[in-house]
Amino acid sequence: MDWTVTDALWGWPPPVLDPAGPYSAQVTTLSWALFALGVVVTAVVIVALWVAIKGPPRWKAKLGGERAIWIGGVAFPGVVLTALLIWGLTLTASLTEPIRGDEMRIRVTGEMWWFRVQYLDADGVVVMQDANEIHIPVDTPVVLELESADVIHSFWVPHLSGKKDMIPGRRTLLRIEADRAGEFGGVCAEYCGGQHALMGFVAVAHEPDAWQAWRADRIATLNRAQSPIAPTAQRNSIDAAGDPAEADIPARYDARRGYDLFMETGCAACHRIAGSEANGMAGPDLTHIASRRTLGAGILPNHRGTLIGWIGDSQSIKPGNRMPSYDRLSADELGHIAAFLELQK
Amino acid sequence: MVSSDRGRAVLATVMAMGATGVISACKDPVETRYEPSDAAISRGLAAIEKAGCGSCHEIPGVDWPKGRLGPSLKGFDDVGLIAGQLPNRPGVLASFIRNAPAIKPGSPMPPMPVSEAEAQDIASYLYGLDSD
Ligand code: HEC
Ligand code: HEC
Ligand SMILES: [Cu+2]
Repeated sequence: MDWTVTDALWGWPPPVLDPAGPYSAQVTTLSWALFALGVVVTAVVIVALWVAIKGPPRWKAKLGGERAIWIGGVAFPGVVLTALLIWGLTLTASLTEPIRGDEMRIRVTGEMWWFRVQYLDADGVVVMQDANEIHIPVDTPVVLELESADVIHSFWVPHLSGKKDMIPGRRTLLRIEADRAGEFGGVCAEYCGGQHALMGFVAVAHEPDAWQAWRADRIATLNRAQSPIAPTAQRNSIDAAGDPAEADIPARYDARRGYDLFMETGCAACHRIAGSEANGMAGPDLTHIASRRTLGAGILPNHRGTLIGWIGDSQSIKPGNRMPSYDRLSADELGHIAAFLELQK
Repeated sequence: MVSSDRGRAVLATVMAMGATGVISACKDPVETRYEPSDAAISRGLAAIEKAGCGSCHEIPGVDWPKGRLGPSLKGFDDVGLIAGQLPNRPGVLASFIRNAPAIKPGSPMPPMPVSEAEAQDIASYLYGLDSD
């Protein structure tokens, strides 16, 4: 998979002008209205300037009079800006209204520099945990409960909604909705420290069937009793299916060895993998790391090469991020850990 | 006079060309001196960025990331042997990029998910680096 947030937000039209749902459509309407008004005001100012310099004396006198200042300098902006404020707030009010009944709820917490994602039930209890990826069904409004673990971040997935700040100690609400299936890039939109520019995520909208399948699959992982290592036979077939050439070196990377290393070298203290002893909460949940489109919060494609690169040397890729570089592990040890993580679909 | 001036100029040019030829002949086996097309070079850079080779390598022309798990690929066009062991030829490089351990057993570089065509473009890009 070679999807990253930068690719998703690049190109023409810019995502703000290419809404993929009702909430972002409202924001787009507002953007166009502001743009049009800006054009009109600029035109009026240019004409006034022309009159002031080259216009007939009678017009010049009028433009310099007190009346013109009252009308053009006070009344016009007062009325227009007030109207715009009221219209803008009512237009986008539905984005942030209190939670209604049994709306689908997801808590997203901004962390330096990634996004914690928790799917909630109607009572606000956490059902499933994830990171840097948000899955939603199409044509369904989803309420995001936005929080921050450290500094102010801002949540923005321009195809699906407006921006909303994530503020420490507060809970802010934002609705998103997609009217078509697809993968939509999102970013932190409020400077939050050194690696702010490398803090992204993916919102994935599923058709109803695919959504049900996705959810059932996640719930099944949640309830699994056995350890997160698949039986050896299955593991080898995964390796062989991945790349035919890989079959030539089946014994090279050993997922069981990777599991042990994951537990021994401290990964488990910061990362959680449901169904295993790994229960750390300081870093992103890795229960489904292998099915993530990206690594490092939306910034790298996700495959064995980048996985090894990230674990061995995340500090070169994302300097100052809160995971140490494991450059003391050998290439084979890194490979074992990657092979283990690749089983965490 | 005029004709002898021209004669000298021609002689100088021929000598310069000869010298260049000798120098470049010393530098590399014939195959690496092939001129990759501009299109292949720019496709190669795109493939490098898409595959995320930068997560382990510093690569000229790639601003970010600049990983350090693998060797820097600065001046790679002048490297004698790929990974210290394989002849530095486009075909060998392309297969090394796709599956390093298969052609250099034990190589710490994992197989990379790039197609054969992409690997060839990447090889073109790496040979097109003009660092000398
Ligand atoms: C001190 C806590 C800590 C330790 C120890 C730690 N990590 Fe991390 N890890 C993090 C944090 C924090 C992030 C998110 C960094 C970011 O994106 O800014 C992260 C990110 C990751 C990611 C990318 C997740 C994603 O969704 O993009 C992987 C994979 C990962 N770590 C694997 C490991 C492995 C394997 C080990 C052990 C060898 C390990 N980590 C040890 C804190 C830690
Ligand atoms: C997981 C980290 C990692 C990733 C990702 C990675 N490499 Fe490497 N690469 C290495 C290591 C380690 C070596 C040293 C290999 C050896 O000595 O056998 C290497 C060696 C090389 C060499 C030979 C360098 C020399 O000086 O001889 C080239 C060329 C190369 N890699 C290209 C690439 C390309 C192109 C990509 C992306 C498709 C890539 N690498 C992705 C780790 C990586
Ligand atoms: Cu930020």
